[in-house]
Amino acid sequence: MEVHVQPKTRTKMFCGCAVAPLNAPPNTYVCEICLGLPGTLPVANKAAVEACLKTALALNCEIPRHTKFDRKNYMYPDLPKGYQISQYDLPMSVSGHVEVATRKVRIRRVHLEEDTGKLVHAGDKLHKAWESYVDLNRAGVPLMEIVSEPDLRSADEARDYATELRTLLRAIGASEAEMEKGQMRVEPNISIRRAASDELGVKTELKNINSFRALHRAILFEVERQTQVLESGGRVVQETRGWSEAEQRTFSQRSKEFAEDYRYFPEPDLPPLEVERTWIDELRRNLPELPSVRRARLLDHLPAAQVAVIGADRELADLYENAVARGAPALPTANWIVNEVAPTGKLSPPENLAELMKLLHDGAITRDSAREVYVESVETGRTPAEIVAEHGYAQVSDESELRVLAEAVIDANPKAAADYRNGKKQAMQALMADLRKRAPHANPKVANELLLKLLA
Amino acid sequence: MIDDLTELTIKDAARLLRLGSISSAELVTAHVERIERLDPHVKAYLRFTPELWESQADEADRKIGQGEAPPLAGIPMAVKDVLCVRGVETTAGSQILRGFKPPYTATAVARLFEAGAVMLGVTNCDEFAMGSSTENSGYFPTRNPWDLDRVPGGSSGGSAAAVAAGEAMIALGSDTGGSIRQPAALCGVVGMKPTYGRVSRYGLIAFASSLDQIGPFARTVDDAAITLSLMAGFDPLDATSSDRPGLEVLNSSGGTVKGMRLGVPREYYDVKGIEPGVKAALDAALFILRNAGAEIVDVSLPHTDYGLAAYYIIAPAECSSNLARFDGVRYGLAEVDAPNITDEYMQTRRKGFGTEVRRRVMLGTYALSSGYYDAYYLKAQKVRTLIKRDFDEAFKKCDAIVSATSPTVAFPIGSKTQDPLSMYLCDVLTLGGNLAGLPGISVPCGTSDGLPVGLQVLGPQWGESVVLRVARSYEEASEIRAEVASVV
Ligand SMILES: [Zn+2]
Repeated sequence: MEVHVQPKTRTKMFCGCAVAPLNAPPNTYVCEICLGLPGTLPVANKAAVEACLKTALALNCEIPRHTKFDRKNYMYPDLPKGYQISQYDLPMSVSGHVEVATRKVRIRRVHLEEDTGKLVHAGDKLHKAWESYVDLNRAGVPLMEIVSEPDLRSADEARDYATELRTLLRAIGASEAEMEKGQMRVEPNISIRRAASDELGVKTELKNINSFRALHRAILFEVERQTQVLESGGRVVQETRGWSEAEQRTFSQRSKEFAEDYRYFPEPDLPPLEVERTWIDELRRNLPELPSVRRARLLDHLPAAQVAVIGADRELADLYENAVARGAPALPTANWIVNEVAPTGKLSPPENLAELMKLLHDGAITRDSAREVYVESVETGRTPAEIVAEHGYAQVSDESELRVLAEAVIDANPKAAADYRNGKKQAMQALMADLRKRAPHANPKVANELLLKLLA
Repeated sequence: MIDDLTELTIKDAARLLRLGSISSAELVTAHVERIERLDPHVKAYLRFTPELWESQADEADRKIGQGEAPPLAGIPMAVKDVLCVRGVETTAGSQILRGFKPPYTATAVARLFEAGAVMLGVTNCDEFAMGSSTENSGYFPTRNPWDLDRVPGGSSGGSAAAVAAGEAMIALGSDTGGSIRQPAALCGVVGMKPTYGRVSRYGLIAFASSLDQIGPFARTVDDAAITLSLMAGFDPLDATSSDRPGLEVLNSSGGTVKGMRLGVPREYYDVKGIEPGVKAALDAALFILRNAGAEIVDVSLPHTDYGLAAYYIIAPAECSSNLARFDGVRYGLAEVDAPNITDEYMQTRRKGFGTEVRRRVMLGTYALSSGYYDAYYLKAQKVRTLIKRDFDEAFKKCDAIVSATSPTVAFPIGSKTQDPLSMYLCDVLTLGGNLAGLPGISVPCGTSDGLPVGLQVLGPQWGESVVLRVARSYEEASEIRAEVASVV
């Protein structure tokens, strides 16, 4: 699998341009350097180099002392210099591995390069387009290319590998790795072989994959397609195939039978990089805990389902662990994060979540109130205790108070009360609903017990 | 009087300006009048920059009046057509860039502007600095001010001719295989190529990135040294630039060759095709240097023969990549009526590039192709390493290396255009300095048949001060100083 990831940097790979936000107007994040005007020169972005080194360390790669940039030469209108600055024979890092479920996936290399611009064609298909426009906002945006060895055996494994990479990159702060924003692009190479054979078949490379789901489907489709080709006596052609989300199938884009000659040679405008060992040591020391290690620890006191959600996101895992450290109960807090935080992305400071979880756990507020308090606390930054006090969310558990309320509910719903007494137990739901409407902060457990007692 | 003003050195001009004897405006006017009289014959300039010279001369006069004159205040300067100047048409001598006005100024030029220099215009050169005669210009050939039927050398022929003809006090050039030193020799002026990395290449339209360096033309070693010192140094926009020491400009009393060991490489001394008149001038120069107290020692650069071949692999390989951006998509010439993008590329480049540029792009593309890379590019890089080692060995035995700059004097226009190999041989004594990244200078050392001969001094990496010391001692001892050619 080849995975391109945009490292988290303020500026482009070789110039001072800010990285364009998604959907910025065309050619508004460009300068003389990324436009490839004559006489301009590249200067490497240190933050991008650092993100690449961190990624390499997290993937257990070796980092050679000497690395350099090379020019990959080809002409295309989205490539302003007529060459892409990339890395050829001395990449930033080599020979790593990452654990995905039970499989160890070997990483061949992680290197740095620059992105190209993009073409916008007027008309429906490229060959019919009568005008093409060039947008160079993306030109020169840094990219890390992570290349794995052919160790993945199924669509499931490929998807799990890609998700693991995303989790890892986010955990170490190397990239946001959001596929929908184009910060992560995956290109699986697919080949099939006979069950008895070790020899891999002819491979095809898949492009245009925009989500983990598309990745999974594209691979399933391609495996099936290759199987059919071979079973009907055909031959798989080495080529690049695109994934069509609309048609849910792959289609031939470009034959690779005649490999393009990129005439790689060392980039003379950038001196070779001597990566200092002290820098590597420092980056290694400051690397946060890796997701696999953290997941193992979370599994000690949480069920796998909760760990799958919390362990996949550094922010969620931080929130969980910090809240628990401040006295929040473990499982209820984990459930809260899975159900209330993960879907909305609303993150509260851990001390506020801890306080809220204690209020909920002690029965001081209802779950419904807790949801409202949480949202308000995130939006205003005030503490849950303050909000509860101000809104009077505090739960009413006082028996004499609740007894008056329960009597009023029974009086107001004579039919439901009669039904219940006649054995229709579900009638209790209507009574409880009316009670909650009259008194949202009533402790549901105490109120329920009182109703049962009065109707007995 | 007017002609006197065009023959001044920087030091004299600065003194007169500060005394108030002349104004920057008068100095510029003297040069413009001389240009109007001579340049129709010499054709050193491609275009002029009156808005710049007017505003810069005014600014210089204002600062001089306030007693805040920077070192080059009011000094008239010409700039080779490969150095980008904001808003000024810059074409690298090529039709493919006709009309291109860069939105930025090359660092070297910007630093000289900052130092007060006044830009007169853009000088002619071989297209993309590929050539040794300025005949490969996409516009017209420049002529040698000492003999209008002869070439000024190249590729920075326009800059050399402008300084030789008194059409500028100083000029900028670029040197990839000898493109400053060789035309300086052929036009009888001083031309210096600094150590690779000494001057930022930002804004220099690249020919061969690992060999290109920007340097000055002047009529004295001191003028060249001052100009170089003002544009040198690290630039955050060029990752190959450096702030290394070694550029201390000599004070007027310093600088003697007494006790220095000057190496004469036998491969350069007896280089194939060296003209007897050039050798005689070199012998005379060595005699003068020995009399001045230098010890002349025999050294060897055994891989010299392979240098030319390695150079003509590496330079075209880099140029084939550097020139890929001239595709008609974003700027410059564009053949937009082509039926598809590949044809657009081919038609634009066929029309926009001259023969020599196309030849080198093809040579370089071939040398980098898969299956040929190891045999050509990689082998050439190994030769480059051997050549560097040759120089390292030689500098163990001497402080600086001296030789002729060019094996011949200026040759007649048209005499080599049909034979690219004979043209390539013009650089045989200079390109080693580029392959090894060394500083080198060419200073006038007499004439042969009435045409100027240049003495080349090469120093170790970052050893500009050594090179300048030898060059100035020679200039002083020989009493040969660049003269302003009378032309017609
Ligand atoms: Zn930019």
